Amino acid sequence: MYEQLTDLIVQILYHAASILGNTLVPQVGVGGSAESLEFVPWDYIGFGLVVLAGLGIVFGVALAIVAARFVVKMDPKVEQVRETLPGANCGACGFAGCMGYAEAVVGNPDVAVSMCAPGKSAVAEKIAGITGKKAEKVDPKIARVFCQGGTALSQRKFIYTGVKDCTAAVLAAGGDKSCEFGCLGYGTCMRACPFDAIRMSSDNLPLINPEKCTACGKCVAACPKQVIELAQASKAVVISCHSRDKGADTKKKCQVGCIACGICVRTCPSDAIKVENNHARIDHAKCIVCGLCVKKCPTNAIKDYIPVRPKAKIDPSICAGIDMCAKVCPVNAISGDIRAVHAVDQSKCIGCGMCAARCPKKAIQMVEAGQVSGGKQKQEGKMPAAVGA
Amino acid sequence: MFEKVLTIFIASALINNFVFSRYLGLCIFFGVTKRMETAVGMSFTFTAVMLIGAALNWVIYEYVMIPLHLGFLKIVIFIGVVAAFVQAADTIMKKVTPALYYKLGIYLALIVTNCIILAVPLINADEHYGLFESMALAVGSGLGFSLALIIMASIREKLELADVPISFRGLPISFVLTGLIALAFLGFSGMITL
Repeated sequence: MYEQLTDLIVQILYHAASILGNTLVPQVGVGGSAESLEFVPWDYIGFGLVVLAGLGIVFGVALAIVAARFVVKMDPKVEQVRETLPGANCGACGFAGCMGYAEAVVGNPDVAVSMCAPGKSAVAEKIAGITGKKAEKVDPKIARVFCQGGTALSQRKFIYTGVKDCTAAVLAAGGDKSCEFGCLGYGTCMRACPFDAIRMSSDNLPLINPEKCTACGKCVAACPKQVIELAQASKAVVISCHSRDKGADTKKKCQVGCIACGICVRTCPSDAIKVENNHARIDHAKCIVCGLCVKKCPTNAIKDYIPVRPKAKIDPSICAGIDMCAKVCPVNAISGDIRAVHAVDQSKCIGCGMCAARCPKKAIQMVEAGQVSGGKQKQEGKMPAAVGA
Repeated sequence: MFEKVLTIFIASALINNFVFSRYLGLCIFFGVTKRMETAVGMSFTFTAVMLIGAALNWVIYEYVMIPLHLGFLKIVIFIGVVAAFVQAADTIMKKVTPALYYKLGIYLALIVTNCIILAVPLINADEHYGLFESMALAVGSGLGFSLALIIMASIREKLELADVPISFRGLPISFVLTGLIALAFLGFSGMITL
């Protein structure tokens, strides 16, 4: 070890001395070729300097001429817009990547500023500022999974042992799931997601992370069963089933399928649900996201995406005992005499927010039950807005 | 003469394939072979740049560097020539054929400092090849690299569906694959004896 080190130092010094003395020592290895000389005359070094400088000047001038002659005039706005865009090149806007959309939105007056799904309204506003177009309000969308029948809750027709991918599994007689409308659970959507927003649950169902989902639609296109759809994020109550089998058949195949019993239709206070083709559907334009149907559904096929519903709380200093809230409450959680302060039975309240929306005095607040973390505080702020809309 | 040119062409494309037997250009090789489309785009751009770059370097080497005994500067000068040429091509393409530029332009920037692009003129210089022989080496190497890219891209597209052990997913399995293809390419080695 010690001897090797000294050898190395001696060699380096030897080479350094030879370079200083302008006597190149013969050496073997990389760089040695037919032209390697034992001694490089000063003339050659001079030629080298001249040739390198000459080539440098020639290339520099040539590139300058080319750059001036073939200049492409580009709208500086295009570059600005491109920098604003997220740069995911997901194609949700319908153009060839972010650059394509930037050019289109600057060049074409008919292209809207709000087409970038990952950028959401923040980016739309910035683009509107750059291009001078008007930004219309973007109602953010999110991918929703229309199936809750994971491996534990649904039946299989056969044992599938092929490639673990939904597009491959669907080739084998439409997949191994008994329900032909349900999620196969091999995670094709998870791999298609460019934003890492989907992961598979322990029950082999895709879980969508609302923070990361940009509604680009890649998973919608990837799913061979059309289980995923894009829906408005604010409409958080969804009938998570696509089954159009008859109720009895659905029940045999899956414990959480929609059996088209019609209870939700009768429950819905805003007539937003209809049963067609053995399958209930919510009209999101009418839905007030009260969550009543979620509670009443006998098969739990309706999913409420609001993690913790807030509860109604009456401010006794404002309440004038109008009794409107007690009449409107679908679960009879509010009681009190007319012209006396009313009270909410917290154990009955389902947090639908109908009373808060109807109270003429605005005496009812939707309050988070636990009020623990900042994240839940945000939810509280969102709820009445969604109800009021 | 013709025989020599043909020999160089076949040897550089198959027997001394830059990826599979000289292990050069691996960063581009692994970078663009995830999808067939990018692999094909890269193949075209690469072969064209290789051909023109080798021709330019041959002229400069033969008529400037040899008379002035500047062989020892060839690495520096060849890189400069290729970089200047690629930059000019980039600018001209953007103006003249924007469609082609948006399809292939992104690969040009990757090519400038590629080792195969530099290796071909260096081999030409060391072997003292004539113009036709240099061109044969350039085209052969370009096609050999294209062949490597297309083989790899088609396998990797299939690989997307395979059940690969977690620790091998991505680059590791690609290296294993490259090793296997390199073994297969060894079969060409007895074809021609130079």
